[in-house]
Amino acid sequence: MTVTTAATAPPGRAAAESAAPALAPRPPSRQWRIQERWAWLFVALPIALFAVFVVIPAGMALVMSFTSYSVIGDSGWVGLDNYRRLFLDPYFFIALRNTAYYTLLFVPLGIVVALATALLLNRNVRVASLFRTFFYVPVVSSTVATATIWLWLLNPQFGMVNIALGWFGIDGPAWLYDSNWAMSAIVLMSVWAGFGTNMMIYLGGLQGIPPQLYEAARIDGAGWWQQLRYVVMPSLSRTTFLVSTLLVIGAFQVFDQAYVLTKGGPGNSTITLVYYIYTQGFGNLEMGYASAISFVLFAIIAVFAVINARVTGRDHT
Amino acid sequence: MSAQTAPGLSVAATTAALADGGSRPAAPHTRHRTSAQRVGALAWWVAVVVVAILTVFPLFWTLVTSLKPAGDILSGALDLVPRTVTLENYDRVLTEVPFGRYFANSMLLAVAGVVLNLFFGSLAGYAFAKLKFRGRRALFVTLLGSLMVPGIVTMVPSFLVLRAIPFAGGNNVVGQGGVGLLNTWWAIILPGAAGAFAVFFMRQFFSSIPDELGEAARIDGASEFRIFAQVYLPLAKAGAAVLAILTFQAGWNSFMWPLIVLNVQEMWTVQVGLASFVTDYATDYGPLMAGTVITSLPVLLLFVFAQRYIIEGVSHVNAR
Repeated sequence: MTVTTAATAPPGRAAAESAAPALAPRPPSRQWRIQERWAWLFVALPIALFAVFVVIPAGMALVMSFTSYSVIGDSGWVGLDNYRRLFLDPYFFIALRNTAYYTLLFVPLGIVVALATALLLNRNVRVASLFRTFFYVPVVSSTVATATIWLWLLNPQFGMVNIALGWFGIDGPAWLYDSNWAMSAIVLMSVWAGFGTNMMIYLGGLQGIPPQLYEAARIDGAGWWQQLRYVVMPSLSRTTFLVSTLLVIGAFQVFDQAYVLTKGGPGNSTITLVYYIYTQGFGNLEMGYASAISFVLFAIIAVFAVINARVTGRDHT
Repeated sequence: MSAQTAPGLSVAATTAALADGGSRPAAPHTRHRTSAQRVGALAWWVAVVVVAILTVFPLFWTLVTSLKPAGDILSGALDLVPRTVTLENYDRVLTEVPFGRYFANSMLLAVAGVVLNLFFGSLAGYAFAKLKFRGRRALFVTLLGSLMVPGIVTMVPSFLVLRAIPFAGGNNVVGQGGVGLLNTWWAIILPGAAGAFAVFFMRQFFSSIPDELGEAARIDGASEFRIFAQVYLPLAKAGAAVLAILTFQAGWNSFMWPLIVLNVQEMWTVQVGLASFVTDYATDYGPLMAGTVITSLPVLLLFVFAQRYIIEGVSHVNAR
């Protein structure tokens, strides 16, 4: 979730900019020292809070993953035991499988829906901005509220989804009450709830494509599909890289939906990794073990982010 | 801490570029359209209306359901206008569950988050943008890097840090023996008070204001704090407004962290309250939908009124 923010400016660029003044020759004056003192005054509290609630916890997490810390009772250094235990824990693999399933479904679907809606709204007409607002509405609602709404929409008998499927003669499944469909239902809901954000990112990307490119393609006789394939998609590769990275990172951390809608059920079909970390850490109070799982999850996310960079961003990285 | 960061930022940021309109040529506004163009325009309208129905209808249906009496909810599930309008579901939500209390709690926490993030974000963001000091680059890079660490990694340790704050909640000097700041408002407010995101966001905004303004004031002998408060801060109002909106939304909608650190029911937020409501009232859709409406209303209203402002303000940040 936090990662979204990285979107606004590539860290490399920001870092380069902030570096420039630091390299400038320092004015030896008293005034400069005064300015430095003020600067530290300005950043002191925010940096202190940042250290206490971000930097220290991040370090602690690593240390804790090698201990048997469990809030109550003895705790001690257990070396790699937590990580070893992980590989023998069937629930960990169930959670991993469920999370992978969610990610594999959610990421491509999220990209396709976001891109398709962005293409729809990429028009210079006033109504487009009205529809942009409509399309964005689900993003504003909280995950909990969204989940509640979908609990109602997905009600096997009276929910709108199955009623609508009924109009086409389709007998809808029990969705959240069916272990084969529960996770798909959560994916569906998540795509609905989140595509607006990525649609906006894609719209931003589409605005950046010079009109000449379309014209050139049209002169060469390219149709709609060919323009999409040879003009739009290549021009958007950077945007797609950003969107897919955000989606992957978000997908691996899915929690709220599973917690509110299914509590991991039916038949463990919606236990996700973060849900499992939550139940281990705050349900069973096995915080050392929970930390180990969260580090494994962190590693998985990092690996996927790198793979994703290779696949979608090969021109830029 | 992810509790107070804004998920909607990149949206807002990119929306900026949209203000000028599309580069993809729209259907030309000539009187004589070919039939192919007419079909295309019709297909476009059908597509956008269908998507808009898919996105807006569930919310509408939620509202309608919340206004139906218990007997009509299942039997008249398809009625888009309630046969009889009743507020009994809202009445039940507010009396059987302390939803009013949750609402006040959420408001307190979200507003505290907005105020503190504006304050600390402006101060630190300004320092990173306009003041020269040793360690500036290293600090800023650390801050930026932290935005990429998934919130889940720091979740358990943050809980323990809050529990081990010295002298709080029965703790001794080394932070042992009590519950620290758990089950207090501070457990939500402090970790979210100076979000790295707020600092980064405000820095971007201050960077876009010319340095010369401050230099001129400095020559006139103004103190650094006056330069910040009287020269730069008024110019950053638009950015601060956007940050306020995004922080409010994030704070109001945050779920997992309040769920973890607040165990006393009187302290629950609307999100935690609604989630437990789902567990207890799983099939009682009337009150459930009424609770959902109450939970969603503040942010939805904010979005409706502030949408334009977000776009304008962020375009300023993104212009650089």
